[in-house]
Amino acid sequence: MRVTIRVTVNGDERTAEVEPRDLLVHTLRDELGLTGTHVGCDTSSCGACTVHLDGEAVKSCTVLSVQADGHAVTTIEGLSGADGELHPLQTGFWEQHGLQCGFCTPGMIMAAADLLARNANPTEEEIRHGLEGNLCRCTGYHNIVKAVQQAAAVQAPEEVRA
Amino acid sequence: MSSVGTSLKRKEDPRMITGRGNYTDDMTLPGMLHAEFVRSSEAHARITNIDISAAAARPGIIGVFTGEDLADVVAAMPMAWVPPGIEVNTPERWPLVKGEVNHVGDAIALVVGRSRGEVVDAAADVIVDYDPLPAVTDPESALEPGSPLVHEELGTNRSHEWSLGGGDVDAGFAAADVVVERRVVNHRVSGAPIEPRSAIADYRAGELTLWSSTQVPHFVRLFMSIVLGTSEDKVRVVAPDVGGGFGAKLQFCAEEVMVSWASRRLGRPVKWTETRSDHMATCHHGRDQVAYVRMGATREGKITALHVKIIADFGAYFGMLTPTIPSLGAFVMTGVYDIPAVKTDIVGVFTNKCMTDAIRGAGRPEATHMIEVCIDQLAAELDIDRLDLRRRNFIAADSFPHEVAYGIVYDSGNYEGTLARLLEHFDYEEFRAEQARLREQGVYRGIGFSTYTEICGLAPSRVTGPEGFGLQTGLWESAVVRVHPSGAVTVFTGTSGHGQGHDTVFAQLAADKLGVSPEVVEVVHGDTGTGPMGLGTYGSRSMAVGGESIARAADRVAEKCKEIVAHQLEAAPEDIEVADGTFRVRGTEKGMALAEISGIAHVRPELLPEGMEPALEEHAFYDPENFVFPFGAHACEVEVDVETGKVQVTRYLAVDDCGNPLNPMLIDGQVHGGITHGIGQAIYEQIRYDDAGQLVTGSLVDYALPTAAEVPSFVTDRTVTPSPVNSLGVKGIGEAGTIASSAAVVNAVIDALRPLGVGYMNMPCTPLRVWTAIQEAQR
Repeated sequence: MRVTIRVTVNGDERTAEVEPRDLLVHTLRDELGLTGTHVGCDTSSCGACTVHLDGEAVKSCTVLSVQADGHAVTTIEGLSGADGELHPLQTGFWEQHGLQCGFCTPGMIMAAADLLARNANPTEEEIRHGLEGNLCRCTGYHNIVKAVQQAAAVQAPEEVRA
Repeated sequence: MSSVGTSLKRKEDPRMITGRGNYTDDMTLPGMLHAEFVRSSEAHARITNIDISAAAARPGIIGVFTGEDLADVVAAMPMAWVPPGIEVNTPERWPLVKGEVNHVGDAIALVVGRSRGEVVDAAADVIVDYDPLPAVTDPESALEPGSPLVHEELGTNRSHEWSLGGGDVDAGFAAADVVVERRVVNHRVSGAPIEPRSAIADYRAGELTLWSSTQVPHFVRLFMSIVLGTSEDKVRVVAPDVGGGFGAKLQFCAEEVMVSWASRRLGRPVKWTETRSDHMATCHHGRDQVAYVRMGATREGKITALHVKIIADFGAYFGMLTPTIPSLGAFVMTGVYDIPAVKTDIVGVFTNKCMTDAIRGAGRPEATHMIEVCIDQLAAELDIDRLDLRRRNFIAADSFPHEVAYGIVYDSGNYEGTLARLLEHFDYEEFRAEQARLREQGVYRGIGFSTYTEICGLAPSRVTGPEGFGLQTGLWESAVVRVHPSGAVTVFTGTSGHGQGHDTVFAQLAADKLGVSPEVVEVVHGDTGTGPMGLGTYGSRSMAVGGESIARAADRVAEKCKEIVAHQLEAAPEDIEVADGTFRVRGTEKGMALAEISGIAHVRPELLPEGMEPALEEHAFYDPENFVFPFGAHACEVEVDVETGKVQVTRYLAVDDCGNPLNPMLIDGQVHGGITHGIGQAIYEQIRYDDAGQLVTGSLVDYALPTAAEVPSFVTDRTVTPSPVNSLGVKGIGEAGTIASSAAVVNAVIDALRPLGVGYMNMPCTPLRVWTAIQEAQR
């Protein structure tokens, strides 16, 4: 059995034919061609599949595609501006060397965006705990923390601590 | 305007931060089929029947295949090591088992169909009848008489024995006042790159293209041609963006063979992507060594002898390099110390577990861990400060190149220097005072050190090749530097990066040689259909061997440029220098940019010096004279909750020396990740099987990779001791952090717990083990 879902993906109205058991991440990757969202595990542990559902970070391996019907999804491909201008987190990851193999990066950036939306000026401790659901094997997180700090400083400069 | 030495932002990043990376699983080919494996649920069993009928009848299924179908796989999975002078029991390994499974996850059947969902469903419908056999999972038990045999036909679980030593070990121990003996367990771990393995095979018109998440595309091409009975020119292997390797993708995989075979059989592209559960059960593991270490020393703290017996658990089969891994550790068994007599005896053992092979560091983390933990043990025994004891035994900075007792020659080093630099960042005395104060409040902090060297830059072929160590290949590297008519440059390298930043740092290197910006230099790697054969990325070799190849090829291009410029400007070639972005006549303003030179070389070859060939492209093949030996000093501070046994790393400092730093940002990044990998093993990560051979850590829920909350920000610094081995003066850095860090963590935990009577413990320092160690010490 296949059902049709309508989802606003990165601002575009999209429809997809899915099986009820299909996971959102597979619909994004296989049906909608948005391969920036990755799959790193099968237990919702790694966070590589993190996207925003109605503005909140979710692990898209833990959301059925049918649950996204009628909702809005933002993926890494939808994070930069229409003119291609990088999001402050994307710039932060680039400038602070917050990525190596790049596989966890889309999910890490989407999780960090959600973190900054909830807490514009997090401490290092808050960043580390805020990203606990996203695994990186390359960077040791050191530069990821710095990347998020840089983005926070750009997004909310008036609140930046000394 | 030198780019080398600067922290240039990565050229790789724009596509990766925008979701435009291109990993294997991101690709879809027209008509592509999907593959799923049926894997053994048993650790050891004879297969009495495989019923594929229900699976084959399911909708969307194109084919279901078992080991009996592989008549046209003409060779078993090859192993790259045939050690000279000893017998090695080598079990046959086929891409699908033939009649017997030897570990949980052994591949029994392949299901190919239209969609991923359909093949997963069908695989569950393949019915396998097993006749269970007794299993053995502990390597020491496997050596006992009467143990179940993993491979009955070998008549033993012992694969081989191999020793490396030098100096008079008996005399060394006779001269010792104190001998410390420890059983050091280096437990089994998973490489666990975040990108699972994936492969897509497309066989058409007699030629195979394989996209694979691999560190070694050229090896895969060679081995694929052997097992499929074709020639290399009919096989192209492409490693697109690869989401981390850590050794886990330094392998020639049965799954790569099977998708290639299936594509040939079915005439359509076939894709396989493993799940994380597949990865944990079937991608080779690392470490799993038990070492009996004896370290003898005088009362004054001079180490007189070291003997190590390693029992290496290889699991059920050999991968590409399995039996060489403990031997790599033997090469640096003395670490940074001047020890006159050393012997390492290695026994390889088969068990009913997934095979082990290279994981980040591959043998050297084990060696470093045992020597660095044992030197702390010796310090406690002698009541000498741990750092003083290290200094008393350091190989002196003025004695390089230094030949160790068993004949390996360390290229350069200054161990006192890195330790001194470390202590500029860390006040040991202040820590001790603070530690004592906190203990009175019931807070247990400890500090651990690790002073290490490692052997990398794999490798001088005369040492590692068939006549030397027994690897059936040279470990040289290749490069092509091609200047296009416009002056843009493409660099082809036989290394195959997967996160290291090759696109960036190799561009910096070539750009400086040619007087251009790194922006106009494109680096191409990971495609056997482009540049010449290379050997891939592992063993911290990419810069020391691959980078040197690029430097040599670029130098040749630069020499040709100088001749062209000299001819054009009527100067002598030796008077031409690369400065300010041009090839300039020394001491004048006269010069030509690379674009002008290349324009002549391509478009106006009649203007070239008499007899010179047109175009501007050179290659180099480089086989190093020696390994390179990075080194450093690390310090780890932990706090242990003695009520729960939980260990938290609160500070970590690392001073590393990898020779000349070409891009300091990339070096720091490698160090951060390497340290975290070692912290992971020291505290959190462990692959565990139960006694029946069932894997009990088969997911990232059970196998604990460290998260951001488990590690601190790091303090990193460098000293610079150039390697004399290559013209760049570089060493390796990809594995160093991992090699150094586990010992620093464990030494810190022991340091924290000494007041409670805990004098020694093995990794991983999980809450249960730490709590148990405290309880036992208090008893």
